[in-house]
Amino acid sequence: MNPQLSRRRFIKTVIASSVAAASHNSFPVAKAHHVGDGYVDRLITIIVNGKKRRVDVMPQETLAYTLRYKLGLTGTKIGCNRGECGACTVLIDDVTNYSCSTLTHSVRTRNVTTVEGVQSDDGSLHPVQQAFVDELSPQCGFCTPGQVMSAVALLRENPNPTREEARQALSGNICRCGAYDHYLNGVMRAAGQRS
Amino acid sequence: MASYDVMPDVGLFQPATVDDALRLADRFLDEGWLLGGGQDTYGWLKDRAKNPKALIDISHIDELRGIRKTDNGVDIGAATTLREIIGDASIGRDYSLLVDAARRVASPQIRNVGTLGGNLVQDTRCWYYRRGLACYRAGGNICYADGPQAMNREHSVFGASRCVAVSPSDTATALVALDATMTIRSADSSRTLPAERFFVGPATHITRMTALEPGEMLTAVTIPPTWAGKRFYFEKVADRNVWDFALVSIAAAMSLDGDAVADARLVCGGVACTPHRLKGVERAVRGKTLSDETADAVAPLATKGAKPLNYNHFKLPLIENLVRRALRG
Repeated sequence: MNPQLSRRRFIKTVIASSVAAASHNSFPVAKAHHVGDGYVDRLITIIVNGKKRRVDVMPQETLAYTLRYKLGLTGTKIGCNRGECGACTVLIDDVTNYSCSTLTHSVRTRNVTTVEGVQSDDGSLHPVQQAFVDELSPQCGFCTPGQVMSAVALLRENPNPTREEARQALSGNICRCGAYDHYLNGVMRAAGQRS
Repeated sequence: MASYDVMPDVGLFQPATVDDALRLADRFLDEGWLLGGGQDTYGWLKDRAKNPKALIDISHIDELRGIRKTDNGVDIGAATTLREIIGDASIGRDYSLLVDAARRVASPQIRNVGTLGGNLVQDTRCWYYRRGLACYRAGGNICYADGPQAMNREHSVFGASRCVAVSPSDTATALVALDATMTIRSADSSRTLPAERFFVGPATHITRMTALEPGEMLTAVTIPPTWAGKRFYFEKVADRNVWDFALVSIAAAMSLDGDAVADARLVCGGVACTPHRLKGVERAVRGKTLSDETADAVAPLATKGAKPLNYNHFKLPLIENLVRRALRG
């Protein structure tokens, strides 16, 4: 048997060539584009939690997909995948966004912060996270990363919010357990208005 | 029809200038899709109910962003986010009607990225249409929302023609009330339209909701100084306070001469395929003092000629009550 053509090498080659064929066929627009007309490159750098990450991104890829399945940041949850539930909320330049409804290509020059990026350098929880623990805010916990990000964004912009302002700030995050008041208790505790 | 939860294969362009974007729009025409904040777009794509070949992302183009005071009023770039409009001090001072409307759009996260242009040109929420059914609006020859068993609680009471879908935009009502002007560009031309004529009903164009032709782009909105700092009223009634679209909304701009109304523009959202001006009320209220009596006297004019469907009769008293609230002293 030819040592250059082991079974493993043969299978690898077949997979690689079919992947190349598939990606070639699936982007008819890409074939037609001219250099310089703004068609996006696949290999890009994005800044996530202060670190530059090189990643291969499809043109239509959402940020939630990139974070979870390419960068392994699975703290960001995908709930509805339609911009209707808020579980995928991340900060882009300190502003809350639904990462399921954001194209990864649109955040190239901006700072993305996920729930993995809010703890302090020594690993202790962000005041909002600690307050959510202390107030038993989450019930099932699936919406919690999104609630944390909305609360973090609020307190960065307005460190001393009223309960009504907190309610408005978290209004884009659904909690199907209905633990809204517990989350609001957590936000008010993180803002030092509840002990 | 199956619903998918992931994005389909689609090309993505991020042109650096408006001219580049317009060249792309001209190249792809019906197969291109101008992308602002994308909050209306991705649902269409994920459902495979619309299948453009190329997304043309215009949200980063500097020329399309920002709020500028000019001699003709205020220019707002089409890619300016609703968050930026809500936070702008001069718009808040002179045209608080627009801020009040923008504040009620969807949810905080959506307002953070959603653009004014996107909010204005977003497609209707008729669920039969959005499900991808071949209705009149989708190029077919039936309306699923206007039948004996159709669920049409959210649909129109004015101006239906085969299609009974309604305009979903909150900012559109405010901009029609403020008599704004839309600037529209294509690869080789430029034109302006009053907001009222920018939105078109099914009798004019059944497959689209605005006057935009394929290859054209809404680039800016100009609010004239006519109504700066006048008396405004905005209210939106929806089943939920967040995310939800208006069952009925009202945007009113009124100039007063002493106690009496000198001029007024009242516009309802959620009741017709376009923002619906209440011209009968506007005429009747001129010269009158804002009061409960005036409001009660003119409110019934708001629903003259309305043709409710099976499940949306409730919109008629709702319209009249919103008019009353706009006009009482």
